[in-house]
Amino acid sequence: MRTAWIALGLASVFVATFALAQGAADKRRSGYQDMGEALQKMQDDDTANPGMLFVQLGEQLFGRPAGAANKSCADCHGAGSMKGVAARYPAIPKDADKPVDLEGRINLCRTANQRAEPLAPESRDLLSLEAYVAFQSRGQPIAPPSDPRLAPFRAQGAEIYRRRQGQLNLSCAICHDDNAGKKLAGVTIPQAHPTGYPIYRLEWQALGSLKRRLRNCLIGLRAEAYAYDAPEYVALELYLMDRAKGMLLEAPGVRP
Amino acid sequence: MPSPPDRRAFLAGAALLTVLPLSAARATPDAMAAAIKEVVGEGTIREGKVKLDLPPLVENGNVVPLTVSVESPMTPADHVKAIHVFNEKNPQPHVFSARLGPRNGKAVIATRIKLADSQKIVAIAETSSGAFWSASADVIVTLAACIEDVT
Amino acid sequence: MTNVLINAPKTARPGEIVEIKALILHPMETGFRPGTNGRIIPRNIIERFTATWNGAEIFRMEMSPAIAANPFVSFFAVATESGTIGLRWTGDQGFLVEEQVAIAVG
Repeated sequence: MRTAWIALGLASVFVATFALAQGAADKRRSGYQDMGEALQKMQDDDTANPGMLFVQLGEQLFGRPAGAANKSCADCHGAGSMKGVAARYPAIPKDADKPVDLEGRINLCRTANQRAEPLAPESRDLLSLEAYVAFQSRGQPIAPPSDPRLAPFRAQGAEIYRRRQGQLNLSCAICHDDNAGKKLAGVTIPQAHPTGYPIYRLEWQALGSLKRRLRNCLIGLRAEAYAYDAPEYVALELYLMDRAKGMLLEAPGVRP
Repeated sequence: MPSPPDRRAFLAGAALLTVLPLSAARATPDAMAAAIKEVVGEGTIREGKVKLDLPPLVENGNVVPLTVSVESPMTPADHVKAIHVFNEKNPQPHVFSARLGPRNGKAVIATRIKLADSQKIVAIAETSSGAFWSASADVIVTLAACIEDVT
Repeated sequence: MTNVLINAPKTARPGEIVEIKALILHPMETGFRPGTNGRIIPRNIIERFTATWNGAEIFRMEMSPAIAANPFVSFFAVATESGTIGLRWTGDQGFLVEEQVAIAVG
């Protein structure tokens, strides 16, 4: 296991270099490229990246039976079988008509297949499972599904992204499109591409989801954050993933 | 509707309430000097032999990568016994103390620390002959722009 | 559930200086922060990290609340003989974690 991770660590250095090369033709930048060298090294080294602790926890949870069905994730999916999955979420699951994000998909598996309680938003178990699944797509390009049913949800996300909100009356786009690369206090405003989720955010001293990060943005705008189960987050994520299409996943990312 | 002076008085009071306990629980350059004195005693500290690597601009004070390297042959006769790191503006001046010896081969350690504010960090190495060598670094700590609600 | 990541080489030449890196899940609560109810959250830190090589101590670190959450430590060791590197973290509220990794020297 450890050897595999070291190999992946080397691969991630390659990925980082590749991401920089990609930057030359493409104006899009991952938040990784806006960080100082010390934090980039922290993300690239699998024993220094605190997100890897949760990947390891997630791997253990993936193999542990749960719920009335007494089945583990690995019983159906097999260990290490989730390559590429994080790159295509949110998506509409079979027999459903609304998109779910990766966390929502994990909880659907829990309730429908394991017959277990859904895991709480931002709980360690949910984030760890998500980190383990997302880690398997590290280095893969973001590849939103072409499902036409997603279009209205994606359009809703784009509308929220451009809508002015909160007491500061700002939209996501004003910071992350119009002023990306400039400074907000001492911090470089990133382009807001969801390349590293779930991320280990130093501000949190913990792993957290894109939802948690979006909530931080909303609170920054002095807007009321949507409830954790609100469809707005899924819509925003659909839009952001489409906007970042082709960029490489880095999960678990480290961000300031 | 409260009149402006009342509001101002309230805010001033609130500011005092929040600032006072914090300032009381802060290390100072004096507290750092006292903590260093506890380690060094009457010994003299010389600058040199120690390299302290910290990013000059810290993107988040919660997690600050730090490496201390000391020039030493690390032999039984001549080695670094201990490395101590201090700060001047966290609630306490101590950051860590590491014990080393010839089994380490090289006197290099890395960890991650918390810094409450822009400040000076001092690393002191204690050698097997009882000498003290030091290095210091001034770091600027920036604050995150978008943070958590408290609910 | 394992809450530690250790990176040490599996093999080394005699006398080679190897890097040992370790990361552990721990909040490192400082004891200086108020919680959402305004009361100070009690201190909960790892106070000490020790490393042994075949039982003999080779490195020790006393930590303060100024060590970042999920502590990371990297240090070096001379590969003397084959055996076991033991790592031990102890701290507040009876915290104790011990992990071992094997290393072959030759």
